[in-house]
Amino acid sequence: MNAVFRSISVAGLILTLFPSFFVFGGMMTPETHKLLMLVGTVFWFAAAPFWMRPEDKQ
Amino acid sequence: MARNNIVRKLDSVEEFEREPVPERKWKGWGSFIGMYAGEHTAGTEFVIGPLFVAHGVAAADLVLGLIAGNLMAVLSWAFLTAPVAVKFRLTLYCLLEKICGRKFTLIYNSVNALMFCFLAGAMIAVSATAIGIPFGLRMPSLEDWLPAGIGWIAAVIAIGAVTTLIAMFGYNLVSRFANIAAPWMILVFVGAAVAVLPELGVKSISDIWDRARDTIWTGTPLAGQSRFTFWHVMFFAWFCNTAMHIGMADLSILRYGRKWIYGFSSATGMFVGHYIAWIASGILYALFLIESNFSTEFAPGPVAFRAAGIAGAVCVVIAGWTTANPTIYRAGLALQAIRPKWRTWRVTCVVGTITTFAACFPALVMKLLNFVALYGLILMPVGAIILMDIYLIPRLGLRSGYAETFGKSFHPAAALAWVLTLIFSLLLNQLLDIEVFFLSLPGWFFAAIVYVAGSFWVQHGRIKERRVA
Repeated sequence: MNAVFRSISVAGLILTLFPSFFVFGGMMTPETHKLLMLVGTVFWFAAAPFWMRPEDKQ
Repeated sequence: MARNNIVRKLDSVEEFEREPVPERKWKGWGSFIGMYAGEHTAGTEFVIGPLFVAHGVAAADLVLGLIAGNLMAVLSWAFLTAPVAVKFRLTLYCLLEKICGRKFTLIYNSVNALMFCFLAGAMIAVSATAIGIPFGLRMPSLEDWLPAGIGWIAAVIAIGAVTTLIAMFGYNLVSRFANIAAPWMILVFVGAAVAVLPELGVKSISDIWDRARDTIWTGTPLAGQSRFTFWHVMFFAWFCNTAMHIGMADLSILRYGRKWIYGFSSATGMFVGHYIAWIASGILYALFLIESNFSTEFAPGPVAFRAAGIAGAVCVVIAGWTTANPTIYRAGLALQAIRPKWRTWRVTCVVGTITTFAACFPALVMKLLNFVALYGLILMPVGAIILMDIYLIPRLGLRSGYAETFGKSFHPAAALAWVLTLIFSLLLNQLLDIEVFFLSLPGWFFAAIVYVAGSFWVQHGRIKERRVA
C-alpha cells in the first residue's frame, strides 16, 4: 500500500513542476499548467502523509 | 469528555523545556533537513524576493550576494549553534538562565517572544493575502501600515487561529507538517517562475541572463525605495536569521540532533529557500510589476495566484504556516521560561493570540527586510555572550555559568554587553549612517569584548574571595 501512496505522491510532484517547462517551450497554455499544478497539489497532500511518517515512530 | 481528552492530549506534549533532550528523543538528518527546508521555503520568501526587486538589486549582485551570504549563514549554524546545542541539549532559555540568571532571562525572553510574535505575524499576514483572493479583499500596498479593513482582519484571525492550534500540539506535529509540505512548496515556486518566463520575454535558455538583467533585477529601485547592492544582499542573506544561528535561538531545535554536523542541514533552507525561492518569487513579482504598470500594491497571494493559479495561492498560505508554526513554537518556549508552570499548549495559545493581533498590521510585511535585520541585531548579543562564556571565559581563569555557579539571578556583565551593544549599534547607525543590515557583524565583536571585560570585572572579586576562603 505504501508503494501506491508513494507513486501517487511522485505523480503529484511531477504534475506540480514539469508542466511549467511545457509552458516555457510553448507546448502548453498557462491555464492547463495551473490546472495540472492543482491536481499535483491534491495528489501530493492526499498521499504523502501516509508514507512520510515522523522519524521517531518509524 | 471530549474536552478532557483534548486537554489530556495537550498536556502530554513533552518538549523538554527545562531538561536536556534524552537520547531516545534525538532525531536524524531527515527531521532537520525537512524542518529547515520547510521553514526557509516559506511565507517570508514570497516577500523578500520581491522586495529585492523593489529595491533595485542588479542580477549579478543578487546571484553572487546570495551565494556568499547563504554560505556564511550555513557555516554560522554549523560551527556556532550546533556544537553548543549538542553539548548541552538545552533550550536557549535554560542555558541563558545558567549563565545570565533568571532576571536577565526574563527580560530577554520577553523581548524574544515579542520579536518571534511579530515575525510569525508577518507570515500570517502573507497567508492572508492569499485567503483574501476569493473574497475580493483590498490588498495592502508598500506604503500601508494599518489594517486594510474588517475583511483583512477576519482573514488574519482565521489563519492565526489555525496556525496557533497546530503549534499547540508541539514540535513533532510542526516538524511533520513542514516535512510534508516542503518538497511540494519549492516545486510550486520553481514551476510558477518557469511558467511565467515567456511573459517576461524569455523565449529560450540563452535569453535568461539578458532578461534577468534588463527586465527582472534591473538595478533600478521602485520610487521611494533605497537601492540595494551586492553587500546588502550578502549581509541580509547572512544575517536575516541572526537570531537563529549567531543568536543561538536554534539551540531549541538543534538540541534534538544526534551530532553537531546536523547544523549543516540548514543548507537546505538556505540554498533551496533563500536562494531558489527568493529568485523565483522575484521573477513572479517582476511580472506583476510590468502587468500592473509598476503598482505599489504588495500582496504575495495574488502574485502567486496569477502565476500558478489555486495551487499558487494555496502555496502562499502553507508557506506562511510553515514559518509561523515553528516561530510560534519558539515564542512559546521563550514565554514558558517566564511562566514555567504553564503547560506548553497554554503558552502557545497566548503567543498565538499576540501574533494574530500583530498580523493585522501590514507594516510588518512592507518593512520586513528592516524588521528581520533589526530583530536579529537585538537578539544577537546573547549569542556572543553564550559563546564567550562556554569557550573563552574558562580559558581566562574565570567561571562559566556565572549565575548558576555563584547563585545569582542577574549577571551584570551580560546585561552590560547587551545594552552597550545596542547603544553602539544605534550610534553606528545614527552617526556613521550605517544601515541596519550591516550592524550585526561589528555588534557581535563588540558584545563579545564587553562581556569578557565585564566578566573580569564582576568575577575578579568573587574568585579572590573563594581562593582566600
